[in-house]
Parts: sequence; structure tokens; C-alpha cells
Amino acid sequence: MSRIQTAFTALKQQGKTALIPYITAGDPHPKHTVNLMHTLVKHGADMIELGVPFSDPMADGPVIQRASERALLHKVGLTAVLEMVKTFRETNQTTPIILMGYANPIEAIGATAFADRAKAADVDGVITVDYPPEECGEFVRQLRSRDIDPVFLLSPTTDQKRVDLIVNQASGFVYYVSLKGVTGAANLDIAEVSQRVASIRKQTNLPVGVGFGIRDAATAKATAAIADAVVVGSRMVQTIEASNDDNLLSNVAALMDELKAAVDAAK
Amino acid sequence: MQLYDMPDARGHFGQFGGTFVAETLVEALEELRAMYEKYRHDPVFLAEYAYDLKHFVGRPSPIYHAKRLSDKVGGAQIYLKREDLNHTGAHKINNTIGQALLAKRMGKPRVIAETGAGQHGVATATIAARLGLECVVYMGSEDVKRQAPNVFRMKLLGATVVPVESGSKTLKDALNEAMRDWVTNVHNTFYIIGTVAGPHPYPMMVRDFQAVIGIEAKEQMMEMVGRQPDAVVACVGGGSNAMGIFYPYIDVPNVRLIGVEAAGLGMETGKHAAPLTANSPVGVLHGNRTYLMQDADGNIIETHSVSAGLDYPGVGPEHAWLKDIKRAEYVAITDDEAMAAFHNLCRTEGIIPALESSHALAYAEKLAKTMSKDQIVLVNLSGRGDKDINTVAKLANITL
Ligand SMILES: Cc1ncc(COP(=O)(O)O)c(C=O)c1O
Repeated sequence: MSRIQTAFTALKQQGKTALIPYITAGDPHPKHTVNLMHTLVKHGADMIELGVPFSDPMADGPVIQRASERALLHKVGLTAVLEMVKTFRETNQTTPIILMGYANPIEAIGATAFADRAKAADVDGVITVDYPPEECGEFVRQLRSRDIDPVFLLSPTTDQKRVDLIVNQASGFVYYVSLKGVTGAANLDIAEVSQRVASIRKQTNLPVGVGFGIRDAATAKATAAIADAVVVGSRMVQTIEASNDDNLLSNVAALMDELKAAVDAAK
Repeated sequence: MQLYDMPDARGHFGQFGGTFVAETLVEALEELRAMYEKYRHDPVFLAEYAYDLKHFVGRPSPIYHAKRLSDKVGGAQIYLKREDLNHTGAHKINNTIGQALLAKRMGKPRVIAETGAGQHGVATATIAARLGLECVVYMGSEDVKRQAPNVFRMKLLGATVVPVESGSKTLKDALNEAMRDWVTNVHNTFYIIGTVAGPHPYPMMVRDFQAVIGIEAKEQMMEMVGRQPDAVVACVGGGSNAMGIFYPYIDVPNVRLIGVEAAGLGMETGKHAAPLTANSPVGVLHGNRTYLMQDADGNIIETHSVSAGLDYPGVGPEHAWLKDIKRAEYVAITDDEAMAAFHNLCRTEGIIPALESSHALAYAEKLAKTMSKDQIVLVNLSGRGDKDINTVAKLANITL
């Protein structure tokens, strides 16, 4: 069983929803990333989504775009991100790490070489925004043969037939994008999300995570009541952006404490 | 009969092309693909398209024998396919009309576009005005500065122009921003992509709408000289004017097809926009797999060209394919060479060409020199240079 599957199984036994914060690796500066990851875990992260900076983040709103730009100023690319995961693993062998990013950095390395290097760094899952299942068969095979979970996004526009296609390729969990739009937009419709998650559950036994548009305790709590995992991205990055070297870790810890309490209170 | 039969059903040209987009857009692209399949051979749709090309755009665009230029160069005869004479001043309108007619049939009241030089933005704003569609154009803030007349034209036509401040603030970033808009407003919005890039079906659809250039040229050459040219030369940004003139010639033997990329400050400086000439690695950007200018981490690197319309780090996937199968050749022309060709055409023929097209002219001059007087080079003069006079004046230290 992969680390992601183990984590979801344990949470299910405890009747809990996973809290998955997203940060962009290298933001605000590469020296902070591993510390930030440990802080996230200490304050309730069940898994971490680690963004791979990319020059052209087409599915991201301005907040995460700026995070990518800050990280790229320090030349943090996929190779550096894998090194960060390795360092993190020196003292944490249990928290699943899911890389989230775009296809081209992976293409630059090549599917097989990337899968090898991700395995060597002990990465647990990979979300590739612009690899729909039709275009990444070989990539998915390479990941799964190494017990790395390919995590796919489902959107409000994904019809039932495509949900089937996607859940057949996915492992670990599926990630329901709760709104039409880029990351950071704020118009989450909980009733609609709830309905969609229920319908996805009819088509798969995989855990269903929900993200995009969850930005405070209230939305985290409401989402936690219907999902197996709550992903918080732009709000984390905003907090990082608004911090300085001295209060970065404490600000992130405070936000995590608030979100964790909300998620735990949901069930 | 057309033997060449690309792309495949899912938009692949060999390893290139495809549909590399976020899940939210998959359904919209599927809908577009289905609609395009439905209408691409529909006589009523095609008649409406042909009517607009004739009466609104002014097609067919003539072919012109540039005699004085040919004599001055001293070699092959240079002929120009005059896309500069189209309404709005470039080939871009051939495509925007086709897509806008589809948008209308799909019931989408809002169209969006990305633009570099502003020609595609103007062409989109124009057809949107004519059809009563809301129009939003994304344009890198760098390009807003260097193409000010086109920005004003778009506004006159009722479009909203949104300057894009992210990344390199040029065409690729405008495309990113247009994609973001589309993901958000996909229910009521049609994205009119301006070149043979983007996810399937765009590269194929834009090529088909631009193919009118080559279809006309083939007939016109027969009428004028009784044979086809020895070489067809076109500039390549994303590659739509080049695909438009190349496509009908792919199956015609003994016609060289030559795409001219922007060498910027020189290939050796790295400051260019010529992924094919530079043998850039294959990658994925803007929905398709193609040759891409990128660093070792797969991040897209900044391009340079004096012409905003060629300032793009990738190239349409079909050009990548034509390069690999060796049906087309790709070369590059520097800023300085393009400027020289620009002035040359102004003075010898009384035609002010777009800076983009000046790249094709510069290479045609080089090529013609190596050929005999009875040979023919056909250049796709993709646009007129009115939009570029500020840039040209600035290079000469003149304030207008
Ligand atoms: C006159 C002209 N030619 C060429 C281009 C380049 O585009 P493409 O390579 O798609 O023809 C542009 C783009 O703005 C243009 O305005």
C-alpha cells in the first residue's frame, strides 16, 4: 500500500477528513521550504501538496502565479524540488508528499527518468494539471509500477463517462476541483460540490479530495463534512506572501491550527 | 487528391499536437471539436464563410510579381501573395471569421483572444463588432507598448483590451491569461486562438481556415505563369500564415516549403524566437506537444524579436511534424536582416510590409540570389506594416 492509501485508511478508521495544505516549493525562498513542510505537519497536515514552480502556470490565479515567480527567481525547478523532498524525508518518513505541477518540467526529464527520480526522492503522488488521462498513459504506467499514485483532477465540467475514464487511471485519491476557474477564485458553492462528490463516490471507491476556493475555517469545515480531504492552496500562499522571515513559520502554523480545528470539527 | 492526412482523430501529428489541458477545458474542446466536424464540410456554413471572405475581407488577395525587387536582388522572380491587402491588414482575419461563425452557431455571446502584434486582436475585434459579440483581448503589456496603434484600433472596434503583466509580458503570457479566462467562463465564451497552436482542434481548424491562402495561390500561379513556384516562403510565429499557404502545397512535388523564424539578435546570442532552427527540445505548452524554447528544468525561456507577432517560444505542432518528415525547411532571419528587407520593399515596390512578413522577404531575397532568373519564389506577405511604423521610427531614433 502506498503512503497515501495508508494515510487515508488510518483517517477513515478515526472518522477524520484529511487536511492537505499546498505550498509552492521555493516560495518565498528555497531555504524555507523544508522547514515550512515540517511546520505544516506539526500543525495538522495529513499530507502535503508541493507545487513545482513553472514559468507558465496556466491553471493558476495571480496568487500562485506570484509564488511560482518568486521561486523561479531562485531557480527552483523540478530537480531542486526533488532534492527538497529528499531532505524532508531525512526526518519524516510518514507524511505523504504529492507533487503538483505542469507537464513540461516532467517532459524535460522524460516520463521514465522522472518516475525514477521521484521514487528515489520518496514522492508519493503526482498531480499534473495539463496531463489529461488521454495524453499520459505511459506516464501513469511508469508511476504506478513504482507505487507512486497518479492523482487526477475532476472538474464541474467532467461528465460521468470521463469520471469513469479518470478513476480507472487514478490511484491514491481523486481531486475534485470545486469551481470552474483558476486557483484562488472565491466562489465555492457547497451544495453543488456536495452533490458532485456524492455522484463521484458512486463511480469510485477512491477517496475524494476537494480543493480550489477553500480559504477559511468556514469553507474548510463545510468541505470537510462532505470530502475525504480538504486542499487549501491560495490561502496558504497568501499567508506566506504576507509574512517575513521572522514570522513566516508562526503565521503558517496559526493558519494551519485554525484550519485543522475546523476540519476536525466537521465530523 | 490530398494524400497528406494529418492530424489523427485526437489531433496528433506524429508525436506532436494533442490536447494537453486542465480537466475543466476538456469538455469545451470536445464540444468545439464536434461542432467543427459538423460544420467543416457543411455547404451553408462554407457559403457563409466564403461570402464574408469575398465581401468583407476582399478576397481573393492578389498575387503580385515584384519585378523591381527581383531585378535588384538578381536571381529568381519574387512573387508576393498579398495578404496585406485584406481588411484589417493581415491574414489573421481569415481565421477569426471562421471561428466567429462557429461561435455564433454554438450560441456563445462572448469571444476572447490573445494577441502579440495586435493583428489577431484587431481581426477578432472586427468580426466581433460585425456579429455583435462581446470581445475581450489579452495582450502582453510589453506588446501593448510596442503596438499602440493596434490597441487603439481594438478599442475603437468596441473590444476590451487587457494588458497582461505576468511572465515575459508578451504573446505566450497573453495566451496563458486567455486560457485562464476561458477556464473561468467556458459556459458562455468562445476562445478564438490566433495561430496554429493550442490544443486540438485549434491547430487543424486554424490551418483549414487559413488554407484559403494556398488554395488561391495555386490557382493564381497557374493563371499568371502556368506553373507552381519553386519555393514558397512564409514567416513563422505560431505558424498560421505559413500553414495556410503550405498546406495546399504539401502534396505538390518539387515545391520547396520554407518557414522563416525570428533569429532576433542572432541565433548565437540565444536572444531569438526560433525553436525549430535552434533544434529546441520537445515539450508541452499551451495545450500541445511541440518544439519549445526552454531551460533544463522545462521552464519556458524568454524570446526576442523585433516583431511582436513572431515573439513566441513554441511553434504550431504541424510545423514540428513537417520539419521531422522533412517536407518543410525552417530557417531564421535576424532583426537587422528583417529591417533591411522591410526598407527594401518600401523603396523598390511601394509596399510597406509588416515586420513579421519582412522576415519572409529577407529570406526570399537570400534564396532568390542563389536561383536562376526563370525560377520563382512565392512569398506570403502576411500583413502590412502600418502597425509597425512606431517601432521602425524608434529604431531610427525618430519621434513621430
Ligand atoms: C502580419 C503577421 N504575420 C505573421 C504573424 C505571425 O503569426 P503566424 O505565424 O501565426 O502567421 C503575425 C502575428 O501577429 C502577423 O501579424
